Amino acid sequence: MNPYIVLGLLLMAVLAVGAWQQKKKAHLYEISWGHQIRKTLTSRSFLLQLGGFVAFVVVWELTVKTFSLPWFSRLPGPWECLLEWLSPDPDYGISIYTEDYYTHIIYSTYRATTAFVLATLLGVPMGLLMGWSRKFYDYSYPLVELIRPIPPLAWVPLAILILPGDEPAVIFVTFLVAFFVTALNTLLGVESIDESYFRAARCLGADKRRLLFDVVLPGAMPFIFTGLQISMGAAWFSLVAGEMIAAQYGLGFLIWDSYSLIQYPVIVIGMATLGVIGWVSSAAVRSVGRKLMAWRERELYGS
Amino acid sequence: MNTPEAACRASEGAMSIRDVGKIYDPEGVHVVALKNCSLEIAAGEFVAIVGPSGCGKSTLLNTIAGFDGLTSGEILLDGEPLATVDKDPSPGPDRVVVFQHGALFPWKTVLENVTYGPVAQGAMSEEAANKRAQEMLSRVGLNDIETSYPGQLSSGMQRRVEIIRALINNPKVLLLDEPFRAMDTVTKSASHQYLLELYDATGKTIFFITHDLEEAIFLADKVLVMTTRPGYIKKTLQVNLPRPRQYSMLASEEFLAMKAQLVEAVHEEAVKAFEAGEREMA
Repeated sequence: MNPYIVLGLLLMAVLAVGAWQQKKKAHLYEISWGHQIRKTLTSRSFLLQLGGFVAFVVVWELTVKTFSLPWFSRLPGPWECLLEWLSPDPDYGISIYTEDYYTHIIYSTYRATTAFVLATLLGVPMGLLMGWSRKFYDYSYPLVELIRPIPPLAWVPLAILILPGDEPAVIFVTFLVAFFVTALNTLLGVESIDESYFRAARCLGADKRRLLFDVVLPGAMPFIFTGLQISMGAAWFSLVAGEMIAAQYGLGFLIWDSYSLIQYPVIVIGMATLGVIGWVSSAAVRSVGRKLMAWRERELYGS
Repeated sequence: MNTPEAACRASEGAMSIRDVGKIYDPEGVHVVALKNCSLEIAAGEFVAIVGPSGCGKSTLLNTIAGFDGLTSGEILLDGEPLATVDKDPSPGPDRVVVFQHGALFPWKTVLENVTYGPVAQGAMSEEAANKRAQEMLSRVGLNDIETSYPGQLSSGMQRRVEIIRALINNPKVLLLDEPFRAMDTVTKSASHQYLLELYDATGKTIFFITHDLEEAIFLADKVLVMTTRPGYIKKTLQVNLPRPRQYSMLASEEFLAMKAQLVEAVHEEAVKAFEAGEREMA
């Protein structure tokens, strides 16, 4: 397919998603589709958002292509990258039509997801326990605070030595970062709960187990989800760093490999893909959080 | 104006607070919050405690509620020791607290909040608790907010729900820790009306902390003035206004005379507290 047609289709898809989002609001005020779309397209905030993108691309084009400034002259221009990305027959072998492109995406997504899920499964209980038990807090907090600042990449050699093969090592490094973020935000969440809720629950006859499930967990939930969003982001950035050092596939590997092979547009394709995936994964965590915290949503926006 | 139901229930909920003392951090800063604090509360009596901020009103409430241990004396509930020096009290549904800033669980709906006590204690099945909660809420005209979350309600409404959440446990004593403090005048007077109606209907013993003297006289059978730290009961004022209380009483000579007495007693303590504060700063 012609890349221009693909580009058109993509734009339409984006607009359709936007319109669908707006339609949900439109339903509230009983405005027609056409009216709502017109209103959205001409709204100040939409124009500003669009303006931001356009300005970014224009600056890119000007610096790299039009004026070809000294330090930027070797970089690919925006148009070149976009066409390569959408080309059925890409010059450097990576586009939305090639299998390799998806192999890299799947590898990275699999690693990030595994690390994120592990970090959540271990980090949330760890944080709850630290907030719940003074003893456990004293026991673990200094250790956590000492290990946490070690940059993830510093773990790579040890991880490779300890774990069999590169794959678990990359996942481990990614997990580690996400784990600390999750655990510490959960701890903060427990500490943020007003003492009155504990007292009220005890007055009403709650035992320890009920306090944990009826007060500690729901009370910490807003912080936990903030933590999960940050942890998702952190997982992606440490993953890409890990992949650049020790991996055969994945977007981080793709970016680094393309640099060595002087396939510059592919670097941009990899980066843009990471941007999109990162945004989608954060949005997914946010929307799960919203579902679980209906009480908060209604509090913030009214019924 | 007690209903027959209330009259028979008022046979429980008598409290004796005898020579209670509470020292925070005895080894270190050694803050004497309560010293030889004694008072008697009859079953079904509405008692209000007034005093300057930081005088130990809340400490007293916390020891009764079971959030805090005491360092001397004892507290009896219906003749049974509730807290002594050796026996740390534990909170329970026979003495439910309504908190200053409200403590409805924001993550539970109104109905889930109200049924929380009976379900957590295993005293009622969830269906039975729901039914009972719905009855109680509709009796006070709150049945249409069952599925709302507390954050969607006004502060007045929240406090009303919180009082119902306490009452559903059929407590012996209701402990109210300045529940109407942060309210505007209109909401506050509506809340007074509401609390008085519930009191008249249930005849529960009520222990009410406030620093609003008019509120104390208007609501209570007995107003106790607490001294600045170390806190004890300095003055007891018997309020003989008939029930149900009417707003017209606020302007009666009797009311104003009582208020004048309280103002004098509290003012003395407030000055002492202020001077003590100055000394601490110096």
